[in-house]
Amino acid sequence: SKNSEEIALFFVYQTSHLLLSASSSRVHTAMDSLIAQLQRQFRDYTISLYHQGFLDDQFTELKKLQDECSPDFVAEVVSLFFEDCEKLISNMARALDQTVNVDYKLVGSSVHQLKGSSSSVGAKRVKGLCVTFKECCDSQNYEGCVRCLQQVDIEYKSLKAKLQDLFNLEQQIVQAGGRIPQ
Amino acid sequence: MEVCNCIEPQWPADELLMKYQYISDFFIAIAYFSIPLELIYFVKKSAVFPYRWVLVQFGAFIVLCGATHLINLWTFTTHSRTVALVMTTAKVLTAVVSCATALMLVHIIPDLLSVKTRELFLKNKAAELDREMGLIRTQEETGRHVRMLTHEIRSTLDRHTILKTTLVELGRTLALEECALWMPTRTGLELQLSYTLRQQHPVEYTVPIQLPVINQVFGTSRAVKISPNSPVARLRPVSGKYMLGEVVAVRVPLLHLSNFQINDWPELSTKRYALMVLMLPSDSARQWHVHELELVEVVADQVAVALSHAAILEESMRARDLLMEQNVALDLARREAETAIRARNDFLAVMNHEMRTPMHAIIALSSLLQETELTPEQRLMVETILKSSNLLATLMNDVLDLSRLEDGSLQLELGTFNLHTLFREILNLIKPIAVVKKLPITLNLAPDLPEFVVGDEKRLMQIILNIVGNAVKFSKQGSISVTALVTKSDTRAPDFFVVPTGSHFYLRVKVKDLGAGINPQDIPKLFTKFAQTQSLATRSSGGSGLGLAISKRFVNLMEGNIWIESDGLGKGCTAIFDVKLGISNESKQLGIPKAQANPRHANFAGLKVLVMDENGVSRMVTKGLLVHLGCDVTTVSSSEECLRVMSHEHKVVFMDVCMPGVENYQIALRIHEKFTKRHQRPLLVALTGNTDKSTKEKCMSFGLDGVLLKPVSLDNMRNVLSDLLEHRVLYEAM
Repeated sequence: SKNSEEIALFFVYQTSHLLLSASSSRVHTAMDSLIAQLQRQFRDYTISLYHQGFLDDQFTELKKLQDECSPDFVAEVVSLFFEDCEKLISNMARALDQTVNVDYKLVGSSVHQLKGSSSSVGAKRVKGLCVTFKECCDSQNYEGCVRCLQQVDIEYKSLKAKLQDLFNLEQQIVQAGGRIPQ
Repeated sequence: MEVCNCIEPQWPADELLMKYQYISDFFIAIAYFSIPLELIYFVKKSAVFPYRWVLVQFGAFIVLCGATHLINLWTFTTHSRTVALVMTTAKVLTAVVSCATALMLVHIIPDLLSVKTRELFLKNKAAELDREMGLIRTQEETGRHVRMLTHEIRSTLDRHTILKTTLVELGRTLALEECALWMPTRTGLELQLSYTLRQQHPVEYTVPIQLPVINQVFGTSRAVKISPNSPVARLRPVSGKYMLGEVVAVRVPLLHLSNFQINDWPELSTKRYALMVLMLPSDSARQWHVHELELVEVVADQVAVALSHAAILEESMRARDLLMEQNVALDLARREAETAIRARNDFLAVMNHEMRTPMHAIIALSSLLQETELTPEQRLMVETILKSSNLLATLMNDVLDLSRLEDGSLQLELGTFNLHTLFREILNLIKPIAVVKKLPITLNLAPDLPEFVVGDEKRLMQIILNIVGNAVKFSKQGSISVTALVTKSDTRAPDFFVVPTGSHFYLRVKVKDLGAGINPQDIPKLFTKFAQTQSLATRSSGGSGLGLAISKRFVNLMEGNIWIESDGLGKGCTAIFDVKLGISNESKQLGIPKAQANPRHANFAGLKVLVMDENGVSRMVTKGLLVHLGCDVTTVSSSEECLRVMSHEHKVVFMDVCMPGVENYQIALRIHEKFTKRHQRPLLVALTGNTDKSTKEKCMSFGLDGVLLKPVSLDNMRNVLSDLLEHRVLYEAM
């Protein structure tokens, strides 16, 4: 009968699943110490990023939203943010290149966007720079704007590098079979 | 004439003889005077002279004698009486002194002679001591050489180095002309020249081991002098003129590992020896001294010990290497075995799936085909197809299960389940077939049978299904009864009564049928794989013969027992099995575990929400936040899109109003226009970056239900949503 087939299928599937997982779950003590070391590194690095003001509480909130159903949430948001940064910064650079007829409204709206994005992601330093940038823009201070733009560029790139390192560490821990420390 | 008191000499003064006497006397006088002077001079020069008194005496004697002879000079011519008087006085004195000296010398000369003999004696003694000193020094030297040699020999554990060093050092210490080592060959019948100090020797130069000289040397532990002409010593081509130096040979015991007993010293009877031959330089007239021989013996012993050490070390290194090799090989084999098992399991899993899919198709479609209009021949064909494919499916299951059971890699999956329900399900499964075959089935559950138990539900089901299935298969008529009860005895030890404790009990299931029955002789074979009884009835029903074997395995895993009782062919049979199950404390029935392990909040599950935000990043973050809370989120990036997408299904709309200007708030008005009825309209919440009063007032004026400060935390959003849904208004969350 069909039902017994279903049942039998289910039995066999379950047993094969069990066997496959049992044969691969072997804990190596060497791996454990490696994992512990990586986890320590990860924790320390994360804490340093917060201390140095690269990230703030919003980033922590982002991490809370990552679970089994959206395992790469943080990575996706962060990469989107960096793409956004690149686009906005190039827009602003182009606008500021016009030296004489600078469209401050465009620059202002781009800065506003950047401020919004950075605050959503928790990029503290970038957000801070955006505030200063906004002021320069409102007062139409060309030198100030150029300077701020450069700073923002440097800042977002350095944050990108740091977050890349953090993600790499995460990958290493996952590959070694450990858990990411919260 | 005067009378003078002169004395006339006897002879005339001119006589030749007189002249000669005169001259001689003169010279004697001189000599006699000079001798004491010389004596004084030389005595003064030497430091030690014990006999000064004798010297004085002797000096006086000589001087007086000289004086006498001097005065005698005057008596050759006519001389006065005074001269004669003086002469006489001198002579008298001389006589006295000389007599005294003569008397003294009697004492002194023996003394002097004895001094001489003592001196000679001491000289001899000194020479002897020197010789002995030389000997001792030589011995000490050789002792040092031995120590150094031993040190050299023992400082290496390499066999060849040991032997080579021995020869070199011995050659150096004893200044040998040639030194050679003969080792026994593998057969033990010959000695092969293995090492020489100085000259190149032809390879494979052997002598038979049974030579008398060799036996002589092997017979004693001491170094033996042998003839330079013996075959072992004749290493150089003899070139006639040489006077060959003395040769000594000593045995070197080659201690074999097996000769070492724990308590005894190694037995020397079953010994293999090597022969060491030492040759002194030819034409040197050197002889072998005792201490040199001793040195050689000591060295030979040390070499033996060093060689045995080297051998032991070699052995242990070899054993260790072997062990490591074996370890590596074993590890490899184990890993290969594991890989093989894994590969087999993967293969089985894959093949299982691959085989099932077509199988499924065949069975399903054949069943469907059965439902359609068919001619009798076609129906027969379809039924055969269906039967065969069912058989094949069962066979696949069985083979898969059994292969897993075989290598012991099967483990029970314990879980809590309802026993009563299980039996009822099984009965429902079997009922259709039984009804078709007109076999009434009854189920009796004992009243004390626990409802919720802990065990492997699927496997238990498999066992019961198999047995009940067999009962149905092999019965053509009669009824089938299935009884389940709690057994009070462990059937493996029937005298031992197990009181069902709070945690475990033994379930006994009896399936009795009145069908074909089984020949009691065949009962043992039932549980072996692939064995089938030969009766026609069983053959026609098919079956692979694996079912009972698998069931037996499962029952054993559950620490139980299974057996079949039959009164004979045609008298039906009863299959009984006991299994150990745990009693569950749970009174609630547990359902199938959720596929989603992630806890989502029930309040917001499926709540349809719309998020409007121009900024891609914050849009994504807000969406993530709401998705995490369990909402069904739609995102739009502009107000037009928002109006297009929005429907009455959306309960909440989050809109970003960060951009300066009034445009964003227009959307709120438009939404109000669209949804006139309040209960249909979704709740509008503004997400903004600043929280001042003016923003709040603005939001209120445009008809928004709430304002949220960006960025929103998870807890904040959760609280906001619950408040919102409850009160339908929110102005506190700032």
